[in-house]
Amino acid sequence: MMLDTQPTQAIAPPEHFVSVKGLCKSFGNAVLYDNFNLDLASNQLVSVFGPNGCGKSTLINMISGLTPFDSGEILIHDKPIRRARIGYVFQNYREAMLPWLSAFDNIAYPLRVKGMPEAECRDRVETLIQTFNIQLDLKRYPYSFSGGQQQLISILRALVADPEVLFLDEPFSALDFETTLFVRDKLQEIFETTKIPMFMVVHNLEEAVFLADTVLLLSKRPTRLVEMVSFPASRPRTLDTLSSPEFIETSRHCLDIFRQEMRK
Amino acid sequence: MTATLSKPQRRAAGRPFLQNLDRLLPLVGVGVMFGLWWLIAVSGWVNPVLLPTPWATLSALVTAMTTGDMFIDFFASVVRTFSAFLLAAVVGVPLGVLLGSSEKLYRSVEFLIDFFRSTPASALIPMFILFFGVSDFSKVIIAAFSALLLIVFNSAYGVLNARQSRILAAKVMGANRWQVFKDVLVMESLPQTFIGLRSGISIALVIVIVAEMFIGTEQGLGKRIIDAQQVLNVQDMYASILITGLLGYALNVLFLLGEKRVIHWSGK
Repeated sequence: MMLDTQPTQAIAPPEHFVSVKGLCKSFGNAVLYDNFNLDLASNQLVSVFGPNGCGKSTLINMISGLTPFDSGEILIHDKPIRRARIGYVFQNYREAMLPWLSAFDNIAYPLRVKGMPEAECRDRVETLIQTFNIQLDLKRYPYSFSGGQQQLISILRALVADPEVLFLDEPFSALDFETTLFVRDKLQEIFETTKIPMFMVVHNLEEAVFLADTVLLLSKRPTRLVEMVSFPASRPRTLDTLSSPEFIETSRHCLDIFRQEMRK
Repeated sequence: MTATLSKPQRRAAGRPFLQNLDRLLPLVGVGVMFGLWWLIAVSGWVNPVLLPTPWATLSALVTAMTTGDMFIDFFASVVRTFSAFLLAAVVGVPLGVLLGSSEKLYRSVEFLIDFFRSTPASALIPMFILFFGVSDFSKVIIAAFSALLLIVFNSAYGVLNARQSRILAAKVMGANRWQVFKDVLVMESLPQTFIGLRSGISIALVIVIVAEMFIGTEQGLGKRIIDAQQVLNVQDMYASILITGLLGYALNVLFLLGEKRVIHWSGK
Protein backbone atom coordinates (compact mmCIF):
# COMPACT_ATOMS: atom_id res chain seq x y z
CA MET A 1 0.00 0.00 0.00
CA MET A 2 2.82 2.34 0.68
CA LEU A 3 3.92 2.27 -2.92
CA ASP A 4 0.62 3.59 -4.17
CA THR A 5 0.84 6.98 -5.74
CA GLN A 6 -0.49 9.82 -3.66
CA PRO A 7 -4.02 9.40 -2.37
CA THR A 8 -6.35 10.22 -5.23
CA GLN A 9 -8.05 13.46 -4.49
CA ALA A 10 -11.63 14.09 -5.41
CA ILE A 11 -10.84 17.62 -6.46
CA ALA A 12 -8.29 18.16 -9.23
CA PRO A 13 -4.85 16.96 -8.01
CA PRO A 14 -2.23 19.65 -7.64
CA GLU A 15 -0.78 20.69 -10.94
CA HIS A 16 2.71 21.17 -9.60
CA PHE A 17 4.75 19.08 -7.21
CA VAL A 18 7.02 22.01 -6.51
CA SER A 19 6.08 25.61 -6.87
CA VAL A 20 8.41 28.47 -5.95
CA LYS A 21 7.30 32.10 -5.93
CA GLY A 22 9.47 35.18 -5.45
CA LEU A 23 12.24 33.29 -3.66
CA CYS A 24 15.09 35.44 -2.30
CA LYS A 25 18.22 34.18 -0.61
CA SER A 26 21.51 35.92 0.15
CA PHE A 27 24.62 34.80 1.98
CA GLY A 28 26.01 37.97 3.53
CA ASN A 29 26.29 40.44 0.67
CA ALA A 30 26.22 37.80 -2.06
CA VAL A 31 22.80 37.54 -3.64
CA LEU A 32 22.15 33.95 -4.63
CA TYR A 33 18.47 34.09 -5.54
CA ASP A 34 16.50 37.23 -6.24
CA ASN A 35 12.80 36.83 -7.03
CA PHE A 36 13.23 33.28 -8.30
CA ASN A 37 10.15 31.49 -9.65
CA LEU A 38 9.70 27.86 -10.57
CA ASP A 39 6.80 25.52 -11.25
CA LEU A 40 7.40 21.81 -11.78
CA ALA A 41 4.63 19.76 -13.38
CA SER A 42 3.46 16.81 -11.29
CA ASN A 43 4.83 13.30 -11.53
CA GLN A 44 8.04 14.27 -13.27
CA LEU A 45 11.67 13.48 -12.73
CA VAL A 46 13.35 16.87 -12.81
CA SER A 47 17.09 17.33 -12.79
CA VAL A 48 18.95 20.55 -12.08
CA PHE A 49 22.17 21.56 -13.74
CA GLY A 50 24.20 24.74 -13.61
CA PRO A 51 27.68 26.20 -13.17
CA ASN A 52 29.61 25.71 -9.93
CA GLY A 53 28.48 27.94 -7.13
CA CYS A 54 25.17 28.82 -8.72
CA GLY A 55 23.39 27.38 -5.71
CA LYS A 56 21.97 24.10 -6.98
CA SER A 57 22.40 22.47 -3.59
CA THR A 58 21.08 25.55 -1.82
CA LEU A 59 17.99 25.40 -4.03
CA ILE A 60 17.24 21.73 -3.29
CA ASN A 61 17.91 22.35 0.40
CA MET A 62 15.55 25.32 0.52
CA ILE A 63 12.79 23.44 -1.31
CA SER A 64 13.17 20.44 0.98
CA GLY A 65 13.17 22.65 4.07
CA LEU A 66 16.76 22.02 5.19
CA THR A 67 17.95 25.58 4.56
CA PRO A 68 15.86 28.64 5.48
CA PHE A 69 15.31 31.34 2.85
CA ASP A 70 14.94 35.11 3.17
CA SER A 71 11.59 35.66 1.50
CA GLY A 72 9.18 34.17 -0.99
CA GLU A 73 7.04 31.08 -0.91
CA ILE A 74 7.70 27.41 -1.57
CA LEU A 75 4.85 24.93 -1.91
CA ILE A 76 5.00 21.18 -2.34
CA HIS A 77 1.78 19.83 -3.83
CA ASP A 78 0.19 23.18 -2.91
CA LYS A 79 1.13 22.74 0.75
CA PRO A 80 3.81 24.43 2.85
CA ILE A 81 7.01 22.36 3.17
CA ARG A 82 6.35 21.48 6.81
CA ARG A 83 3.17 19.66 5.91
CA ALA A 84 4.59 17.72 3.00
CA ARG A 85 6.12 14.26 3.36
CA ILE A 86 9.51 14.42 1.73
CA GLY A 87 12.32 11.96 1.16
CA TYR A 88 15.89 13.21 0.85
CA VAL A 89 18.93 11.37 -0.51
CA PHE A 90 22.25 12.92 0.46
CA GLN A 91 25.30 13.20 -1.73
CA ASN A 92 27.59 11.56 0.79
CA TYR A 93 25.92 8.33 1.86
CA ARG A 94 28.73 7.57 4.29
CA GLU A 95 28.02 10.66 6.32
CA ALA A 96 24.25 10.40 6.07
CA MET A 97 23.86 6.78 7.20
CA LEU A 98 23.77 5.99 10.90
CA PRO A 99 26.65 3.48 11.10
CA TRP A 100 25.67 2.17 14.54
CA LEU A 101 22.41 0.83 13.10
CA SER A 102 22.16 -2.12 10.73
CA ALA A 103 21.12 -1.40 7.13
CA PHE A 104 17.64 -2.65 7.99
CA ASP A 105 17.35 -0.35 11.00
CA ASN A 106 18.64 2.54 8.91
CA ILE A 107 15.86 1.99 6.39
CA ALA A 108 13.28 1.62 9.17
CA TYR A 109 14.47 4.73 11.02
CA PRO A 110 12.06 7.23 9.42
CA LEU A 111 9.14 4.97 10.42
CA ARG A 112 10.43 4.49 13.96
CA VAL A 113 10.82 8.21 14.64
CA LYS A 114 7.18 8.58 13.70
CA GLY A 115 6.34 6.08 16.43
CA MET A 116 5.02 3.37 14.12
CA PRO A 117 4.55 -0.03 15.84
CA GLU A 118 7.52 -2.36 15.38
CA ALA A 119 5.64 -5.04 13.45
CA GLU A 120 4.33 -2.53 10.96
CA CYS A 121 7.81 -1.03 10.52
CA ARG A 122 9.20 -4.46 9.68
CA ASP A 123 6.34 -5.17 7.27
CA ARG A 124 6.82 -1.96 5.39
CA VAL A 125 10.57 -2.38 5.05
CA GLU A 126 10.10 -5.98 3.90
CA THR A 127 7.52 -4.92 1.31
CA LEU A 128 9.82 -2.19 0.06
CA ILE A 129 12.83 -4.46 -0.40
CA GLN A 130 10.71 -7.11 -2.09
CA THR A 131 9.18 -4.57 -4.47
CA PHE A 132 12.60 -3.56 -5.69
CA ASN A 133 14.10 -7.01 -5.48
CA ILE A 134 16.90 -5.96 -3.15
CA GLN A 135 19.07 -8.96 -2.43
CA LEU A 136 21.29 -7.65 0.31
CA ASP A 137 21.80 -9.01 3.78
CA LEU A 138 20.35 -6.02 5.56
CA LYS A 139 21.36 -7.28 8.99
CA ARG A 140 24.85 -6.07 8.16
CA TYR A 141 26.08 -2.60 8.99
CA PRO A 142 26.04 0.08 6.26
CA TYR A 143 29.83 0.42 6.05
CA SER A 144 30.17 -3.25 5.09
CA PHE A 145 28.42 -2.60 1.76
CA SER A 146 29.91 -1.17 -1.42
CA GLY A 147 29.35 2.50 -2.22
CA GLY A 148 26.56 1.78 -4.70
CA GLN A 149 24.78 -0.54 -2.29
CA GLN A 150 25.04 2.07 0.44
CA GLN A 151 23.55 4.73 -1.80
CA LEU A 152 20.76 2.30 -2.73
CA ILE A 153 20.10 1.70 0.97
CA SER A 154 19.87 5.44 1.54
CA ILE A 155 17.43 5.74 -1.38
CA LEU A 156 15.28 3.01 0.21
CA ARG A 157 15.47 4.85 3.52
CA ALA A 158 14.18 7.98 1.80
CA LEU A 159 11.34 6.00 0.22
CA VAL A 160 10.14 4.01 3.21
CA ALA A 161 7.93 6.66 4.74
CA ASP A 162 5.93 7.00 1.54
CA PRO A 163 7.15 10.46 0.51
CA GLU A 164 5.22 12.60 -1.92
CA VAL A 165 8.45 14.03 -3.34
CA LEU A 166 11.93 12.59 -3.42
CA PHE A 167 14.89 15.00 -3.35
CA LEU A 168 18.31 13.78 -4.42
CA ASP A 169 21.43 15.91 -3.99
CA GLU A 170 24.08 14.69 -6.43
CA PRO A 171 23.26 11.06 -5.69
CA PHE A 172 25.90 9.69 -8.06
CA SER A 173 28.80 12.04 -7.44
CA ALA A 174 30.44 9.86 -4.77
CA LEU A 175 30.16 6.72 -6.92
CA ASP A 176 32.40 5.31 -9.60
CA PHE A 177 31.14 4.82 -13.18
CA GLU A 178 30.07 1.19 -12.87
CA THR A 179 28.20 1.77 -9.63
CA THR A 180 26.57 4.86 -11.07
CA LEU A 181 25.03 2.74 -13.82
CA PHE A 182 23.66 0.30 -11.24
CA VAL A 183 22.19 2.93 -8.93
CA ARG A 184 20.83 4.91 -11.89
CA ASP A 185 18.95 1.87 -13.22
CA LYS A 186 17.53 1.16 -9.78
CA LEU A 187 16.46 4.77 -9.41
CA GLN A 188 14.71 4.67 -12.77
CA GLU A 189 12.95 1.45 -11.76
CA ILE A 190 11.83 3.11 -8.53
CA PHE A 191 10.55 6.14 -10.42
CA GLU A 192 8.60 4.04 -12.89
CA THR A 193 7.07 1.87 -10.17
CA THR A 194 6.20 4.50 -7.60
CA LYS A 195 5.64 7.53 -9.84
CA ILE A 196 6.95 9.64 -7.00
CA PRO A 197 8.09 12.95 -8.46
CA MET A 198 11.81 13.45 -8.08
CA PHE A 199 13.93 16.57 -7.87
CA MET A 200 17.57 15.78 -8.46
CA VAL A 201 20.71 17.93 -8.50
CA VAL A 202 23.43 16.53 -10.77
CA HIS A 203 27.00 17.56 -11.44
CA ASN A 204 27.24 16.09 -14.93
CA LEU A 205 25.26 17.17 -17.95
CA GLU A 206 24.71 13.70 -19.43
CA GLU A 207 23.55 12.50 -16.04
CA ALA A 208 21.13 15.43 -15.94
CA VAL A 209 19.57 14.58 -19.29
CA PHE A 210 19.59 10.78 -19.13
CA LEU A 211 16.95 10.18 -16.46
CA ALA A 212 15.04 13.43 -16.63
CA ASP A 213 11.65 14.42 -18.00
CA THR A 214 12.73 18.00 -17.54
CA VAL A 215 16.18 19.51 -17.18
CA LEU A 216 16.45 22.83 -15.37
CA LEU A 217 19.39 24.88 -16.55
CA LEU A 218 20.49 27.52 -14.09
CA SER A 219 22.63 30.60 -14.68
CA LYS A 220 25.56 32.00 -12.73
CA ARG A 221 24.79 34.11 -9.67
CA PRO A 222 22.37 35.74 -9.09
CA THR A 223 20.74 32.56 -10.22
CA ARG A 224 18.02 32.60 -12.85
CA LEU A 225 16.25 29.77 -14.57
CA VAL A 226 17.72 29.91 -18.07
CA GLU A 227 15.63 27.22 -19.65
CA MET A 228 13.49 24.22 -18.84
CA VAL A 229 14.44 21.61 -21.41
CA SER A 230 12.06 18.71 -21.76
CA PHE A 231 13.37 15.28 -22.69
CA PRO A 232 10.44 13.02 -23.55
CA ALA A 233 12.33 9.82 -24.52
CA SER A 234 10.50 6.63 -23.62
CA ARG A 235 11.29 4.59 -20.51
CA PRO A 236 13.02 2.51 -19.44
CA ARG A 237 16.03 4.35 -20.71
CA THR A 238 19.00 2.15 -21.38
CA LEU A 239 22.54 2.50 -22.64
CA ASP A 240 21.02 2.69 -26.13
CA THR A 241 19.26 5.87 -25.11
CA LEU A 242 22.71 7.43 -24.75
CA SER A 243 23.33 7.04 -28.48
CA SER A 244 19.83 7.94 -29.66
CA PRO A 245 19.56 11.10 -31.82
CA GLU A 246 17.10 12.76 -29.43
CA PHE A 247 19.46 12.28 -26.46
CA ILE A 248 22.41 13.65 -28.39
CA GLU A 249 20.33 16.56 -29.67
CA THR A 250 19.02 17.44 -26.20
CA SER A 251 22.45 17.13 -24.59
CA ARG A 252 23.98 19.37 -27.24
CA HIS A 253 21.25 21.94 -26.78
CA CYS A 254 21.82 21.97 -23.02
CA LEU A 255 25.57 22.22 -23.51
CA ASP A 256 25.14 25.19 -25.88
CA ILE A 257 23.04 27.03 -23.35
CA PHE A 258 25.52 26.21 -20.61
CA ARG A 259 28.40 27.56 -22.70
CA GLN A 260 26.53 30.77 -23.47
CA GLU A 261 25.88 31.23 -19.77
CA MET A 262 29.52 30.69 -18.91
CA ARG A 263 30.58 33.36 -21.41
CA LYS A 264 28.34 36.00 -19.84
CA MET B 1 43.62 -1.64 -2.09
CA THR B 2 44.32 -4.95 -3.74
CA ALA B 3 47.85 -3.88 -4.49
CA THR B 4 48.63 -3.11 -0.88
CA LEU B 5 46.95 -6.29 0.30
CA SER B 6 48.70 -8.65 -2.06
CA LYS B 7 52.18 -7.77 -0.89
CA PRO B 8 52.10 -9.12 2.67
CA GLN B 9 50.04 -12.07 1.47
CA ARG B 10 52.72 -13.11 -0.98
CA ARG B 11 55.36 -12.68 1.66
CA ALA B 12 53.31 -14.81 4.04
CA ALA B 13 53.02 -17.53 1.45
CA GLY B 14 56.70 -17.43 0.53
CA ARG B 15 58.23 -17.04 3.98
CA PRO B 16 55.74 -18.17 6.61
CA PHE B 17 58.51 -18.62 9.16
CA LEU B 18 59.65 -14.99 8.95
CA GLN B 19 56.04 -13.84 8.92
CA ASN B 20 55.43 -15.60 12.23
CA LEU B 21 58.64 -14.16 13.57
CA ASP B 22 57.30 -10.66 12.86
CA ARG B 23 54.58 -11.24 15.39
CA LEU B 24 57.18 -11.65 18.10
CA LEU B 25 58.62 -8.17 17.45
CA PRO B 26 56.93 -6.59 20.50
CA LEU B 27 58.88 -9.03 22.69
CA VAL B 28 62.24 -7.74 21.41
CA GLY B 29 62.06 -4.60 23.54
CA VAL B 30 61.04 -6.61 26.60
CA GLY B 31 63.92 -9.03 26.04
CA VAL B 32 66.42 -6.19 25.65
CA MET B 33 65.20 -4.53 28.84
CA PHE B 34 65.43 -7.72 30.90
CA GLY B 35 68.83 -8.44 29.36
CA LEU B 36 70.21 -5.02 30.30
CA TRP B 37 68.68 -5.28 33.74
CA TRP B 38 70.30 -8.65 34.29
CA LEU B 39 73.64 -7.40 32.94
CA ILE B 40 73.64 -4.40 35.29
CA ALA B 41 72.54 -6.54 38.22
CA VAL B 42 75.28 -9.18 37.84
CA SER B 43 78.04 -6.81 36.69
CA GLY B 44 78.49 -5.30 40.13
CA TRP B 45 78.13 -1.70 38.87
CA VAL B 46 75.19 -1.30 41.15
CA ASN B 47 74.97 -2.40 44.75
CA PRO B 48 73.06 -5.72 44.65
CA VAL B 49 71.02 -4.50 47.61
CA LEU B 50 69.53 -1.84 45.32
CA LEU B 51 68.98 -3.98 42.23
CA PRO B 52 68.12 -7.68 42.37
CA THR B 53 68.27 -9.76 39.17
CA PRO B 54 65.13 -9.92 36.99
CA TRP B 55 64.69 -13.61 37.85
CA ALA B 56 64.81 -12.98 41.59
CA THR B 57 62.26 -10.19 41.12
CA LEU B 58 59.95 -12.26 38.96
CA SER B 59 60.02 -15.20 41.32
CA ALA B 60 59.38 -12.86 44.23
CA LEU B 61 56.41 -11.50 42.27
CA VAL B 62 54.95 -14.94 41.62
CA THR B 63 55.49 -16.10 45.18
CA ALA B 64 54.03 -12.96 46.70
CA MET B 65 50.99 -13.06 44.41
CA THR B 66 50.23 -16.74 44.97
CA THR B 67 51.25 -17.41 48.55
CA GLY B 68 52.03 -14.02 50.05
CA ASP B 69 49.87 -11.03 50.78
CA MET B 70 50.51 -9.11 47.55
CA PHE B 71 47.21 -10.20 46.11
CA ILE B 72 45.37 -8.46 48.95
CA ASP B 73 47.14 -5.20 48.10
CA PHE B 74 46.55 -5.76 44.41
CA PHE B 75 42.87 -6.39 44.97
CA ALA B 76 42.50 -3.33 47.21
CA SER B 77 44.01 -1.07 44.54
CA VAL B 78 41.84 -2.60 41.82
CA VAL B 79 38.68 -2.07 43.86
CA ARG B 80 39.60 1.55 44.58
CA THR B 81 40.45 2.22 40.93
CA PHE B 82 37.19 0.74 39.66
CA SER B 83 35.08 2.47 42.33
CA ALA B 84 36.64 5.78 41.38
CA PHE B 85 36.21 5.06 37.70
CA LEU B 86 32.56 4.01 38.01
CA LEU B 87 31.74 7.06 40.08
CA ALA B 88 33.42 9.29 37.51
CA ALA B 89 31.76 7.56 34.56
CA VAL B 90 28.25 7.58 36.03
CA VAL B 91 28.48 11.31 36.71
CA GLY B 92 30.84 12.31 33.91
CA VAL B 93 29.28 10.83 30.79
CA PRO B 94 25.78 12.31 31.25
CA LEU B 95 27.28 15.60 32.42
CA GLY B 96 29.60 15.73 29.41
CA VAL B 97 26.84 14.90 26.95
CA LEU B 98 24.64 17.57 28.56
CA LEU B 99 27.39 20.22 28.38
CA GLY B 100 28.23 19.25 24.82
CA SER B 101 24.67 19.53 23.61
CA SER B 102 24.73 23.27 24.23
CA GLU B 103 27.70 25.12 22.82
CA LYS B 104 27.00 28.15 25.03
CA LEU B 105 26.85 26.01 28.17
CA TYR B 106 30.10 24.28 27.27
CA ARG B 107 31.92 27.54 26.48
CA SER B 108 30.91 28.94 29.82
CA VAL B 109 32.55 26.11 31.79
CA GLU B 110 35.33 25.31 29.32
CA PHE B 111 37.95 27.34 31.15
CA LEU B 112 37.11 25.69 34.46
CA ILE B 113 37.41 22.20 32.99
CA ASP B 114 40.64 23.03 31.17
CA PHE B 115 42.11 24.62 34.29
CA PHE B 116 41.47 21.65 36.56
CA ARG B 117 42.43 19.26 33.81
CA SER B 118 45.83 20.97 33.65
CA THR B 119 46.25 20.97 37.43
CA PRO B 120 48.07 17.83 38.56
CA ALA B 121 45.51 15.96 40.63
CA SER B 122 48.20 15.00 43.11
CA ALA B 123 48.49 18.70 43.98
CA LEU B 124 44.92 18.56 45.25
CA ILE B 125 45.46 15.58 47.56
CA PRO B 126 46.11 17.71 50.68
CA MET B 127 42.92 19.66 50.02
CA PHE B 128 40.91 16.47 49.67
CA ILE B 129 42.41 15.17 52.93
CA LEU B 130 41.16 18.35 54.62
CA PHE B 131 37.63 17.72 53.42
CA PHE B 132 37.35 13.96 53.44
CA GLY B 133 39.98 12.89 55.96
CA VAL B 134 42.34 9.99 55.41
CA SER B 135 39.57 7.48 54.84
CA ASP B 136 39.32 5.06 51.95
CA PHE B 137 36.52 7.23 50.59
CA SER B 138 38.92 10.12 50.35
CA LYS B 139 41.26 8.20 48.03
CA VAL B 140 38.40 7.10 45.82
CA ILE B 141 36.97 10.62 45.66
CA ILE B 142 40.19 12.26 44.54
CA ALA B 143 40.84 9.60 41.90
CA ALA B 144 37.23 9.95 40.74
CA PHE B 145 37.62 13.71 40.54
CA SER B 146 40.61 13.53 38.23
CA ALA B 147 38.99 10.86 36.04
CA LEU B 148 35.76 12.86 35.96
CA LEU B 149 37.39 15.86 34.31
CA LEU B 150 38.80 13.74 31.50
CA ILE B 151 35.50 11.93 30.98
CA VAL B 152 33.39 15.11 31.00
CA PHE B 153 35.73 16.87 28.62
CA ASN B 154 35.84 14.01 26.13
CA SER B 155 32.09 13.29 26.16
CA ALA B 156 31.28 16.96 25.69
CA TYR B 157 33.80 17.21 22.89
CA GLY B 158 32.30 14.17 21.16
CA VAL B 159 28.82 15.67 21.18
CA LEU B 160 30.06 19.10 20.08
CA ASN B 161 31.81 17.56 17.10
CA ALA B 162 29.01 15.26 15.97
CA ARG B 163 28.75 15.24 12.20
CA GLN B 164 26.29 17.86 10.98
CA SER B 165 25.32 15.69 8.02
CA ARG B 166 23.94 12.93 10.25
CA ILE B 167 22.05 15.42 12.39
CA LEU B 168 20.57 16.91 9.22
CA ALA B 169 19.71 13.44 7.88
CA ALA B 170 17.83 12.58 11.07
CA LYS B 171 16.00 15.91 10.99
CA VAL B 172 14.89 15.48 7.39
CA MET B 173 13.59 12.00 8.30
CA GLY B 174 11.33 13.65 10.84
CA ALA B 175 13.27 13.15 14.08
CA ASN B 176 12.45 15.69 16.78
CA ARG B 177 15.09 17.32 19.00
CA TRP B 178 15.03 14.57 21.61
CA GLN B 179 15.30 11.85 18.94
CA VAL B 180 18.19 13.65 17.27
CA PHE B 181 19.86 13.88 20.66
CA LYS B 182 19.52 10.24 21.68
CA ASP B 183 19.76 8.59 18.27
CA VAL B 184 22.50 10.71 16.72
CA LEU B 185 24.32 13.04 19.13
CA VAL B 186 24.90 10.48 21.87
CA MET B 187 25.94 7.79 19.40
CA GLU B 188 28.22 10.17 17.51
CA SER B 189 29.94 11.08 20.77
CA LEU B 190 30.63 7.45 21.76
CA PRO B 191 34.08 7.08 20.14
CA GLN B 192 35.29 10.19 21.95
CA THR B 193 33.54 9.13 25.15
CA PHE B 194 35.46 5.86 25.09
CA ILE B 195 38.73 7.74 24.76
CA GLY B 196 37.68 9.66 27.86
CA LEU B 197 36.81 6.48 29.75
CA ARG B 198 40.12 4.87 28.85
CA SER B 199 42.16 7.91 29.89
CA GLY B 200 39.91 8.14 32.94
CA ILE B 201 40.70 4.70 34.28
CA SER B 202 44.42 5.24 33.65
CA ILE B 203 44.48 8.46 35.64
CA ALA B 204 42.30 6.86 38.34
CA LEU B 205 44.94 4.15 38.82
CA VAL B 206 47.74 6.74 38.98
CA ILE B 207 45.95 8.79 41.61
CA VAL B 208 44.94 5.71 43.65
CA ILE B 209 48.59 4.59 43.83
CA VAL B 210 49.80 8.07 44.76
CA ALA B 211 47.04 8.49 47.32
CA GLU B 212 47.87 5.12 48.88
CA MET B 213 51.46 6.27 49.26
CA PHE B 214 50.68 9.65 50.79
CA ILE B 215 47.39 9.32 52.60
CA GLY B 216 48.31 5.96 54.06
CA THR B 217 46.22 2.85 54.13
CA GLU B 218 46.10 -0.71 55.41
CA GLN B 219 46.29 -2.31 51.98
CA GLY B 220 47.15 -1.19 48.48
CA LEU B 221 49.96 -1.42 45.96
CA GLY B 222 51.02 2.20 46.54
CA LYS B 223 51.47 1.56 50.24
CA ARG B 224 53.25 -1.72 49.53
CA ILE B 225 55.77 -0.04 47.21
CA ILE B 226 56.63 2.74 49.65
CA ASP B 227 56.79 0.33 52.62
CA ALA B 228 59.10 -2.04 50.75
CA GLN B 229 61.34 0.88 49.85
CA GLN B 230 61.43 2.11 53.47
CA VAL B 231 62.69 -1.25 54.76
CA LEU B 232 64.93 -1.85 51.73
CA ASN B 233 62.97 -4.93 50.71
CA VAL B 234 63.97 -4.17 47.12
CA GLN B 235 62.79 -7.43 45.60
CA ASP B 236 59.28 -6.77 46.83
CA MET B 237 59.48 -3.14 45.75
CA TYR B 238 60.39 -4.07 42.18
CA ALA B 239 57.83 -6.86 42.13
CA SER B 240 55.12 -4.43 43.31
CA ILE B 241 56.12 -1.88 40.68
CA LEU B 242 55.95 -4.58 38.02
CA ILE B 243 52.50 -5.77 39.07
CA THR B 244 51.25 -2.16 39.15
CA GLY B 245 52.54 -1.68 35.62
CA LEU B 246 50.90 -4.89 34.49
CA LEU B 247 47.63 -3.75 36.03
CA GLY B 248 47.76 -0.44 34.18
CA TYR B 249 48.60 -2.15 30.93
CA ALA B 250 45.82 -4.72 31.34
CA LEU B 251 43.26 -2.00 32.05
CA ASN B 252 44.29 -0.18 28.89
CA VAL B 253 44.04 -3.34 26.77
CA LEU B 254 40.68 -4.22 28.34
CA PHE B 255 39.27 -0.82 27.44
CA LEU B 256 40.72 -0.90 23.95
CA LEU B 257 39.06 -4.25 23.31
CA GLY B 258 35.75 -3.04 24.72
CA GLU B 259 36.00 0.05 22.57
CA LYS B 260 36.59 -2.00 19.42
CA ARG B 261 33.55 -4.11 20.21
CA VAL B 262 31.13 -1.32 21.00
CA ILE B 263 32.31 1.27 18.47
CA HIS B 264 32.36 -1.19 15.59
CA TRP B 265 31.87 1.59 13.06
CA SER B 266 34.88 3.64 14.11
CA GLY B 267 37.13 4.60 11.20
CA LYS B 268 34.84 3.00 8.63
